[in-house]
Amino acid sequence: MLKSPILLAGALGAALVLSQAARAADPDPQDWDAVLTEAKGQTVYFNAWGGSENINGYIDWAGETLKERFGVSVVHVKLDDTANAVATVLAEKASGKNEGGSVDLIWINGENFASMKRQDLLMAPDWTTHLPNWAYVDHETKPTILTDFTIPTDGLESPWGGAKMVFFHDTARTPADGVPRSAADLLNWAERNPGRFSYPQPPDFIGSSFLKQVLIETIADKTRLGQPVDEARFTDDVAPLFAYLDRLHPNLWRGGKAYPQNYPDMKQKLADGELDIIFAFNPSEASAGIAAGELPDTVRSFTFTGGTLGNTHFVAIPYNAASKAGALVLANFLISPEAQLRKQDPAVWGDPTVLSMDKLPDADRAAFDALDLGVATLRPDELGPALDEPHPDWMERIEGEWLKRYGAAN
Amino acid sequence: MTGGVRLARLAPPLTLLTLLGPLAFGLAGTALPAFGYLPDLGGTQLTTAHFAELAAVPGIWHSAQLAVLVGLVTTLVSLGAVAGFVASDLGSAGFARMRRMISPLLSVPHAAAAFGLAFLIAPSGMIMRLVSPWLTGLDRPPDLLIVNDPMALSMMAGLIVKEIPFLFLVTLAALPQTRHAETMRLGRSLGYGRIASFTYLLWPPLYRQVRLAVFAVVAYATSVVDVALILGPHLPPTLPVRLIDWMNDPDLEARFLASAGAILQLGATLVALIAWVGLEKAGAVLVRHSRAAGLRFRRDGVIRNGARAAMLASSAIVFGGIAVLALWSVSGLWQFPDALPSSFTLKSWMQALPRLEGPLATTLAVAGLSTLIALALTILCLEREYETGRGRGGGALLLIYLPLIVPQISFMFGLQVLSIWLGIDASFPALVLAHLVFVLPYVFLSLSDPWRAHDRRHDLIAAGLGMNRTRTLVRIRLPMLTRAILTALAVGFSVSVGQYLPTVLIGAGRLTTITTEAVALAAGGNRRVIGVYAFLQTLLPFFAFAIATGLPGLVFRNRRGLRV
Repeated sequence: MLKSPILLAGALGAALVLSQAARAADPDPQDWDAVLTEAKGQTVYFNAWGGSENINGYIDWAGETLKERFGVSVVHVKLDDTANAVATVLAEKASGKNEGGSVDLIWINGENFASMKRQDLLMAPDWTTHLPNWAYVDHETKPTILTDFTIPTDGLESPWGGAKMVFFHDTARTPADGVPRSAADLLNWAERNPGRFSYPQPPDFIGSSFLKQVLIETIADKTRLGQPVDEARFTDDVAPLFAYLDRLHPNLWRGGKAYPQNYPDMKQKLADGELDIIFAFNPSEASAGIAAGELPDTVRSFTFTGGTLGNTHFVAIPYNAASKAGALVLANFLISPEAQLRKQDPAVWGDPTVLSMDKLPDADRAAFDALDLGVATLRPDELGPALDEPHPDWMERIEGEWLKRYGAAN
Repeated sequence: MTGGVRLARLAPPLTLLTLLGPLAFGLAGTALPAFGYLPDLGGTQLTTAHFAELAAVPGIWHSAQLAVLVGLVTTLVSLGAVAGFVASDLGSAGFARMRRMISPLLSVPHAAAAFGLAFLIAPSGMIMRLVSPWLTGLDRPPDLLIVNDPMALSMMAGLIVKEIPFLFLVTLAALPQTRHAETMRLGRSLGYGRIASFTYLLWPPLYRQVRLAVFAVVAYATSVVDVALILGPHLPPTLPVRLIDWMNDPDLEARFLASAGAILQLGATLVALIAWVGLEKAGAVLVRHSRAAGLRFRRDGVIRNGARAAMLASSAIVFGGIAVLALWSVSGLWQFPDALPSSFTLKSWMQALPRLEGPLATTLAVAGLSTLIALALTILCLEREYETGRGRGGGALLLIYLPLIVPQISFMFGLQVLSIWLGIDASFPALVLAHLVFVLPYVFLSLSDPWRAHDRRHDLIAAGLGMNRTRTLVRIRLPMLTRAILTALAVGFSVSVGQYLPTVLIGAGRLTTITTEAVALAAGGNRRVIGVYAFLQTLLPFFAFAIATGLPGLVFRNRRGLRV
């Protein structure tokens, strides 16, 4: 602990020199054969949220395939919050560990990406558009692939899947014609059906996303959300959101005295009959749940007529990763038609693809067309408009505000 | 004298170093950042600003009070149940039955017991399913806050069912050192009820012997993380859970806050211990008065039945919970209020098994290695003590108990900082060392009594036949104590398997065990997955104890005198 200042300065100096050297030696995705050669024998520590078994199973499959084909081992470090991986990289940077870091690839988007980009914690420059499989990525019609929560990705994170907030209900208990079609509608519904709705406690990603959905629907001037928070006007801007929550909370499950852990927990509670309306960021979640025997086959999906949040989730490589070549190989594999097809299958995961059908070879396109998206999945044209994510600043600020107001409510 | 025994000379200092080194460095590593000193994060000046910041966190005092309250209530109820039961049934056939039923409970990890309890008592849990809809008329679970309740009642229940077996076995170990049968007979012959005879005559010397174990329970219950995550209140959670959140905050500044919080936790545990000593004093006064007044409490049926019920409930809840966990692990769709799943499937196991390989290997390796090191140190220490006749005093015992009384979280933070600084975080040796700090005391406590009770005349005969000390140890004492050694190994093994916090902090997510996986996956709320992991978590120590019980019979099939 007790380093002398001189030693510290020396270590920092050495670390700086080392980091320059390390960056110079980064693998170059444009020379893919060299990347594959270097990757052979490497172990990639893939830091990804681990709260869902079907996703964990998919990552295992990707790891096994990589091991077989390219000799790259993948270890899934299961996070309960992506922020933990960001903290790890930041701690390593603070202690001068500029190479041989413990995180090789992070499943990321939004405020965590913004924070890592801002603090130069990511492998740069642009590597994603040089990946061989980038040729299939639909960056033309899916704007969220190049702009993550209003922040340009600049090739520092490679897309993995699409996401859109979708709500689910069990038609055996809640008829389809009674479901709410907007946030305001949902509040009325909750007042008529107390104790049957809730959301995961922020800073859970899905819970915070619900807050953003309400924020978008209630804020007076929506254009403000594309900008960082203006401190002087923040209180006014979020006043309608918290007025909404103040009314909603007494009618939440358990009166708002406890919250579901995350969306898989809400899924369990829908099956148990504790909750009547739940939501997730994956349109196929309900179909996947039915296929897995976790949900009854009477569950169906709906969205809000005014639109729901939509975004893209990515993978990124920390600047000090120990196995960058291996991480590149994994990132490239994750956007291969084969991996994306498997990911979109509700029997596996059901996460929407980031690839463009027009760019795919015929056989792959046919395979995507042939996918059975499941009885509870809405067709793309039924999903309704996708609302843009606010600037990441907003998420952090409303999370903090939420904790301040409700974090010690009992 | 040969090498082996000379080695024993080094064992006591080495053991103390193993126990107190991490403790001292860990506390220092927590205290320095708490006062603002952490050069890697730019903290070079000593300041109390982080404590001011801590005091301003909403609900922080509530969280701390809750932790203290949980510690006191848990200990009071479990100790009361154990003492009441021992008083009421000591020497009866029921007592022996209870002993056999309670002992295996000790090996059930806290997290697994907590999950089991949650699966039983939740509004959509097994108990509600069994009485619905025919009794309650409910076809949907009621909207009741039972698990995660703000008063932490379910959390206390989850701790009590696990502390009862611990305190019961500690008490059983201390009983032979009292003349309990004669004492109770004396009290009874003077017309006192069983509870009164026990409390007036037997309890004071008995309590003196179990007192440190009781302190360990107070400290554990005030600072527990995994049980609090599973059963504890949410808004706000108990103090230890908030510390973990801050430690994981992406804003590294929060580490200063976490360290200050860890010092507050140290204070909270201290307050709980002081309050406990106060309760001891109050209890002593009460006992003295009623004894002086000659109160005989001949009609003590209510207390006796209450204590029996608590003991039975504790084992029923743990066993019932594990049964429900097992059922969920093989269930297909299982909707409320069905008492059984509508279909059974091995899918959860098939999915989980290939992924269990790594954590399982880590669990077994860390538990095996830390237990063996602990055993070697313990045997050498006891051998040294045997040789010199020193080290049996209260001071030595206190030192061994110290890692169990200082809150884990308060020094594990510092150890984590230290291990990152040394570059040994997430390394296997560091993890073994961290586990050793907690395994060693239990192995020592488990083995020391049988070791000290060993009849020295065997050694004298061996010496008379020309055996040196090392040979006597290896050929006579160790074989004769095989049963006790295997039990100590099983205890150490199950302590290591159950470790959550040291594994999370030192393993840094890269070395995971069944326990950390179970708690992490619990976040997903998928009961089938939790069922698989928690059941497996229970199975490992269970096997260890089964081996400890079964192996001696096999090894000594040709030694009639060593069979039971």
